[in-house]
Amino acid sequence: MAAGARNNSVGNMTGNSNGFAIRTERVSRQYAMGGALVHAVDDVSITVQPGEFVALLGSSGSGKSTLLNLLAGLDRPTSGAIYAHDRNLAEMSSQELAHHRSHTVGMVFQAFNLLPRMTLEENVELPLRLAEVDRAERPARVREAVECVSLVARLTHRPSELSGGEQQRAALARALVNRPTILLADEPTGNLDSVTGDAIMHLLQDINRNLRMTIVMVTHDKVRAARYAHRIITMRDGKLVTAGASDEIA
Amino acid sequence: MKLRDLTELAARNLREAVLRNSLTTLGISVGVASLVAMLSLGVGLQELASTRLSRSGLFDAVFVTTQANMRAFGGPPRAADRAATEPARKLDDEARRQLAGIKNVVEVYPEVRFPTEVQFEGNPYMTTVAGIPASARGDGAFDEMKGSFFSGPEANEAILQIEFARDLSKQTNSLIGKELVLRYAEKEPLPADPSATTAVHAKGKTAPGKSAAKESAADDAPASGGFSLVPREMKLRIIGVVETEPATGFGGFGRGRLLIPLQIAQNLRIAQPTDMREMLRGNSGKPTYESLTVRVSSPKAVQGVEDAIKGMGFGTFSILDATKNLRLFFTVFDLLLGIFGSLALTVASLGIINTLVMAILERRREIGILKALGAADRDVRRLFFAEAGAMGLVGGVLGVAIGWLIGRALTFGTNVYLARQELPPIDLSSIPWWMMVGAIAFSFFVSLAAGMYPASRAARLNPVEALRYE
Repeated sequence: MAAGARNNSVGNMTGNSNGFAIRTERVSRQYAMGGALVHAVDDVSITVQPGEFVALLGSSGSGKSTLLNLLAGLDRPTSGAIYAHDRNLAEMSSQELAHHRSHTVGMVFQAFNLLPRMTLEENVELPLRLAEVDRAERPARVREAVECVSLVARLTHRPSELSGGEQQRAALARALVNRPTILLADEPTGNLDSVTGDAIMHLLQDINRNLRMTIVMVTHDKVRAARYAHRIITMRDGKLVTAGASDEIA
Repeated sequence: MKLRDLTELAARNLREAVLRNSLTTLGISVGVASLVAMLSLGVGLQELASTRLSRSGLFDAVFVTTQANMRAFGGPPRAADRAATEPARKLDDEARRQLAGIKNVVEVYPEVRFPTEVQFEGNPYMTTVAGIPASARGDGAFDEMKGSFFSGPEANEAILQIEFARDLSKQTNSLIGKELVLRYAEKEPLPADPSATTAVHAKGKTAPGKSAAKESAADDAPASGGFSLVPREMKLRIIGVVETEPATGFGGFGRGRLLIPLQIAQNLRIAQPTDMREMLRGNSGKPTYESLTVRVSSPKAVQGVEDAIKGMGFGTFSILDATKNLRLFFTVFDLLLGIFGSLALTVASLGIINTLVMAILERRREIGILKALGAADRDVRRLFFAEAGAMGLVGGVLGVAIGWLIGRALTFGTNVYLARQELPPIDLSSIPWWMMVGAIAFSFFVSLAAGMYPASRAARLNPVEALRYE
């Protein structure tokens, strides 16, 4: 797989120093909705080891996407602590959270979220612009990420000219281009047919194995979670239900 | 995000919604154009007025007189008035030279104006002769003259005021090139005679004109303070006919009907009414002046020159206060025009706010994606600012161009009307460089201000909610 070919150039993407990639300590996230308090995430404590592939499993409204957003630094917990390596996201300023999203984590979404007016190359280059990476360095970095997902031939294409699977691969390339240590995937196969979905899952598995990248994937597909993830964390009504090796839970 | 990336992204976003952004930019440019057109009219009218007034010879002139004369004008002397207790300094040739040496002084000259007789084609005419300084060449009064200005400061030439020219001939244009004879009484100092008392003698008529040597000898000879009056004649060639006499000082206007070079007028040594007073005061015979007019390089320099002259112990008068009032009037006038012009720009800035707020709604998801990819609130804010600023900048440049065109069109229309009224053309509007730069900068900053609310709203957008937005 192409992901393996770039193992050396990307280097050690696990990059932690304290024995974990992510750790949450009694994290809660509550929303006020129509006068009622919704406990989207309720007192959740998990630890994800470096290089681990974890699936967050649960039905709709179980709080798994909210937890992923908290790990990504897109949202702040109402209480508790979230450590990405050795820093607590709950105590970060918005500027520091932006830096965390830019440099520590990469995100892929169910809806791909590519900018429709930009070509694939421009979409992949966007995180480099935001991270203020030197312009001279960018073409090589973009090519490296696009080669990783085998989309070099589609560099000048716009998202509307790509298939669903290609769009998700482009989104993966965009998530990898800043060389993050953690990849957060929110239902990456949710909009894809089963064959394309499997291809994306294979790609994630390759990235995890070959780049030793920590992956946290939100899914409601128990079979895929069991097939590809090292560990499955199940959530229901915002609470942690089970956590264990994927073969045990399956 | 680096500035170049920010600019590229902003430009890309503006291109994507090209119609809406173009219309918004056009709205800004119309606002700027109305502002520029209004202000250019104000400035144009101000320049027109100040040019006409400054070319009248009044606004760049300082009237200088001795403190004694000022006391005479001003009633009883005040105790604090230094000049009241000390002898007033004479306004003589030495003082004239000193006045000429003051910075920004172009010319210092006395007012020479006298009634006399002129002979033209055998007929005598009584008229008033006035000396015209060389600096009067640029006065507006000579713009529409028939013929030409004096060829030199000591040319035996005359320019006729139109009324006097009509007295001489119905065909005033035909007078140009003809000669007339000026008849006058020359004041000739008497040689020093300690035993003699001050006297006034009338001598017989001599040949017309006078040699320089003779004049010099008269100057060098010890003067008694007395003088004799000698009738003389001088031939002058008519070189022009002018509608109005230019203002050459504050002594009176429109009385000179025959204009000759000032230097010639001074050389004539015409007996003046004040000569008797000077003689009785026992002056040495060297000429002193009742007053001198100091022509300054520009009206702006008048105050400084006036202060310097006062420091020399002379009294001064200028129409500086009048120009101050004129400036005040035009400042208020410009302000009012600017306010009316700004109204259009205010409406345009609402257009910017509307466009950018709409853009936030449209690009809500895009903002969420940018934030998910690592954009800080500051990056999003700056992106919207850049878009607002770019619209303001382009709108400003376009607005100045349109404003200039409106000004040109108004000037063209006005000149067509003036031409029908047989009046000279004018430049109704003026857009100085500071107005161009100021209008573009104003448009830019107003647009930034208009973009402030949308930009801050975009920056504060919750990325999770933004990503959910369809």
